[in-house]
Amino acid sequence: MSAEMITTMENNTPVPNAERDVILSIKDLRVWFELRRFGFGNAGFVRAVDDVSFDLRRGEAIAVVGESGCGKSSLMKTILGLYKPTKGSVIFNDRDISKFNAKEMNWYHSQVGYVQQDPFGALAPFMSIHRILEEPLIIGGVKDKAERLQRIRKTMEEVKLAPVEDFLEKYPHMLSGGQLQRVVIARAMILEPKFIVADEPVSMLDASVRVEILKLLRGLQEKHNLSVIYITHDLSTVSYFSERIFVMYAGRLVEKSKVQNLLQNAGHPYTHALLLGTSDPDANNAKTFKEVPPGEPPSLVKPPEGCRFHPRCSKIIKGECDVNIPPEFEIEAEHQVACWLFK
Amino acid sequence: MAEKKLLRVEKLVLYFRAGNGVVQAVDGVDFDLNYNRAVVVLGESGCGKSSLAKAILRLLPRNVDSFSGQVFLDGKDIMLLNEEEFRQDIRWASISLVPQAAMNALNPVLKVGDQVAEPAMVHLGASKGEALEMARKMFQHVGVSVDFLDRYPFELSGGMRQRVAIAMSLVTSPNLVILDEPTSALDVLTQANIFNVLKRIKQELGVSFILITHDIATSSELADDVAVMYAGQVVEMSDAERFFSAPLHPYSQKLMSSVPRLRGTKELDFITGQPPSLINPPTGCRFAARCTMRFEKCVEEPPAFEKEGRKVKCWLHQ
Repeated sequence: MSAEMITTMENNTPVPNAERDVILSIKDLRVWFELRRFGFGNAGFVRAVDDVSFDLRRGEAIAVVGESGCGKSSLMKTILGLYKPTKGSVIFNDRDISKFNAKEMNWYHSQVGYVQQDPFGALAPFMSIHRILEEPLIIGGVKDKAERLQRIRKTMEEVKLAPVEDFLEKYPHMLSGGQLQRVVIARAMILEPKFIVADEPVSMLDASVRVEILKLLRGLQEKHNLSVIYITHDLSTVSYFSERIFVMYAGRLVEKSKVQNLLQNAGHPYTHALLLGTSDPDANNAKTFKEVPPGEPPSLVKPPEGCRFHPRCSKIIKGECDVNIPPEFEIEAEHQVACWLFK
Repeated sequence: MAEKKLLRVEKLVLYFRAGNGVVQAVDGVDFDLNYNRAVVVLGESGCGKSSLAKAILRLLPRNVDSFSGQVFLDGKDIMLLNEEEFRQDIRWASISLVPQAAMNALNPVLKVGDQVAEPAMVHLGASKGEALEMARKMFQHVGVSVDFLDRYPFELSGGMRQRVAIAMSLVTSPNLVILDEPTSALDVLTQANIFNVLKRIKQELGVSFILITHDIATSSELADDVAVMYAGQVVEMSDAERFFSAPLHPYSQKLMSSVPRLRGTKELDFITGQPPSLINPPTGCRFAARCTMRFEKCVEEPPAFEKEGRKVKCWLHQ
């Protein structure tokens, strides 16, 4: 991947000039995995992502919130170009990433940063921090060794791994969890991507370190006008670190909204359940029982007909929710809910 | 202390030998716990909270350097028991443990019903049939359908396996259950469910809990009392009511202000620096290096000051 190629490709694509331009657009995305019986013959599909659409704007942070197994990681991996969509498309700078050839994909990967969930497992144990951060630059075609080192230093200072000399020749096992996560963020940032996908970036860290890392990500986002997609199951951190929030349940986005609107005026019964289930530190919590919808999220091989939440929903409309898939209803500006209650 | 407590721990010490010195994992911990109450032990990773659980249950690894102090259960010093008495009378019979990640530690080739019944057979001498009947009752208490008695762990979801692990700890009807990070790998709704189960068990069976966790927000779901651990020591011990509204120790205050809240828009804060190494902990207050309120006195180790029934290990509250 040469530097010239990056420039030519950027020239081919219309450079967005409006501040809040859409940089990533996901249209009717469907990611199904085929199940095979004894190695051949179709035994159905795991419908990990079904008809998901949204736009990511420049400089904005969005959060995809859902429980494990709801398809949020499959969605993320499709956005990163690791899975091919079964249907629909992921459009980056007006180009469909599933039509990229190997070279173009390589370029795309320089435009997207990925922050892994588990910093203890994401870094090669036998590579020094210097090598870990140098590798993306080598693959990205930065040939000059001095330039590479200079960019590594700059990025390390940005993620506050300072003084740089203390860390350059260290190995991952010598660092604490928070420092490791900074290395992971530095690795994602080093090619100066347009947006970052962060998969539960703080779930493995201690409470006091969590906020530090989230603030760091927020700072980088504002400084570089980065877009960020947070994948998380923790609603309480979302309100501090993102503008919009998408709630995912069993492969579908059930609610899309600005964060404050969602917290004050949640529409979907599932969102209500999530909000109720999230605790704030308060001694009164111990005195009451929580209302939790019965049952568990459905299998994605045979999801329920109609609204996928209907078997657990207390506000079910018989004959509607269990038959027809709810479309998105707009209940206020930039606030869509896929629920028949809002017809 | 005149009144009889379920558990009283005094000057408990547990040091480990490591390659480069002695790790002071639990260093002079005192706390007590009344009947039918739940105490939450809060702390960050490496502060010694899991070692505290192991020390109470005397589940020690081979590299123990020193282990001392007193642990009174129902007024009786259980540190004086020999290994065999301790195994027969205390472990699982009076105090049981749900270890970290217990739900992933179920035996994959045994039915979950048999696994829940086993402690009753070993510790209470129940017959297989009686033990299975007890397991059935426990399944109802933790809210797992009794149809699942004959299933294998892989057929259960994470939340259900966690409930099975809790059922296993309760089947011998102990007075005290120690839970080590019972919900840290679970989803929000599953977490809420597990805490509902724990609250109900506390009401119905009258057991006490020691809940070891780093998750401050969800810990408030069960807490009657809170003990905050830092670098091997309990720095604050308080009732939950006053702790969650106004913690006393500077570390607890910082910790509380780093908890993101869904309701309200308080600015978040974090603690700069890192906890000290437990091999060579600083003399004086162990939090002093990171504390914004430190003063001359902090070079000496503070005792635990009593303040309106709360205890805090900080010179500010002298």
